[in-house]
Amino acid sequence: MESKLLIKERDVVIPGEELASGMDFLPSEGTYRLENSIYSKVMGLVKVDGKVLKVRALRGGYLPKRNDTVIGKVTDIMSAGWFIDIFSPYNSLLPLKEGSSDFIQRGADLTRYYDIEDFVVVKILSVNAQKQVDVTIKGPGLRKLKGGRLIKINSQKVPRVIGKQGSMINLIKENTGTQVTVGQNGIVWIKGEDPLMENLAEKTIRKIEAEAHIPGLTDRIGEWLKDQVGGKK
Amino acid sequence: MSYDKRNDGRGFDDCRPMEAKAGIVKSASGSASFKIGETVAFATVQGPRDLYPKFLKNPKKGKIRVFYQMMPFSGVGGRIRPGPNRRAKEISMVTAKAFEEVLCLEDFPNAVVDIYIDIPQADAGTRCAGISAASIALADAGIRMTEMVAGVAVGRTADKLLVDLDYSEEAHEEGATDIPIAVTSVTDKISLLQMDGDMTQKQLSEVLRKGIVACKAINEVQKAALKKGYEVA
Repeated sequence: MESKLLIKERDVVIPGEELASGMDFLPSEGTYRLENSIYSKVMGLVKVDGKVLKVRALRGGYLPKRNDTVIGKVTDIMSAGWFIDIFSPYNSLLPLKEGSSDFIQRGADLTRYYDIEDFVVVKILSVNAQKQVDVTIKGPGLRKLKGGRLIKINSQKVPRVIGKQGSMINLIKENTGTQVTVGQNGIVWIKGEDPLMENLAEKTIRKIEAEAHIPGLTDRIGEWLKDQVGGKK
Repeated sequence: MSYDKRNDGRGFDDCRPMEAKAGIVKSASGSASFKIGETVAFATVQGPRDLYPKFLKNPKKGKIRVFYQMMPFSGVGGRIRPGPNRRAKEISMVTAKAFEEVLCLEDFPNAVVDIYIDIPQADAGTRCAGISAASIALADAGIRMTEMVAGVAVGRTADKLLVDLDYSEEAHEEGATDIPIAVTSVTDKISLLQMDGDMTQKQLSEVLRKGIVACKAINEVQKAALKKGYEVA
């Protein structure tokens, strides 16, 4: 039987939409094979990588993955460590050992390190089959956040906000002079000297989120940002 | 006297005019409205999110809960008392079961997806409209599912087999049979089948075939609703 691709790269498809017929194509992330055809499992954009078909979701909550850097909030303190809400259906634990390089005495006051309602940048160490998550704060860029503002974006749009090799985020940082940290869970931290620039950075991220599916994003945002910064000076 | 012509003049195998919209509730993970004739359903999806009380959690796969409700002003008669009643609980249960097979529940163990179906305006076939709306809302929420689900009521009024009965046909003086069905979009499996009334075996298989054809038309409406707003110029 002849194989045929029924969609184009970057097409928007819905669950159950047929992507290709024949055995020459391979299903990957967000797709599945049923008899001779490949169907989408999720609403999103198609990516054709040679013979491999993928669908990247357009919307949806964050599900924790190993090695993701996320921004979370300390919700509880136990003797084993800190509970971190990572804005997903699953809570995570920051164990004592991963919380600080200091030796922490048994029964010590853990609020000295991270108190309840502190926001932290952490990396996911492990996720088991029941989705119990362990995180660490030891590593480059991982820290407790001080000052600045936090915004929440669609976690599926995070790769667009970061851009290829961080091109988009560097664009924002350079043009607005702010510090920006993006968590894979869709929490973005922005801090700058000038609150107006913080506003602009936030506005830019919102714009990226809204226009992420339209091609030529980085160039368009770059020009738009230059206009905005020029107007302010 | 037989039922020669439908009260609203459409063909015996035709659905009432349909209208669907995705993303009507901003604060929800996903949402949709679905209108078929005078029957309107709103579906709102929240989740996947943490599930409490804890004993309801299933560490192997996620859970789906449906909350179907008719709004107090939705009926043609007097005020409908809001809140869970025997009928609403039954419809919630069968709707959840209609989706269990198509959703990829193993993606979110220990968590839950809640679907709220509200009926602001009722003219028969509310559970089917609810299922059609919920399917759009689930796709809009970015939840993985192998196929879409569409619901339609089929049945018999007097001696005629009909698709998508309205209230006047369901309550016809010469007797009527109402069969709500839900059909999956790829494999054409029937995921909901209830019957109120009687008919011969031959009539039943004929009317089910008509229902499956009608669900294809509903699938097209669902697809158009989901893709609206993502057209790339």
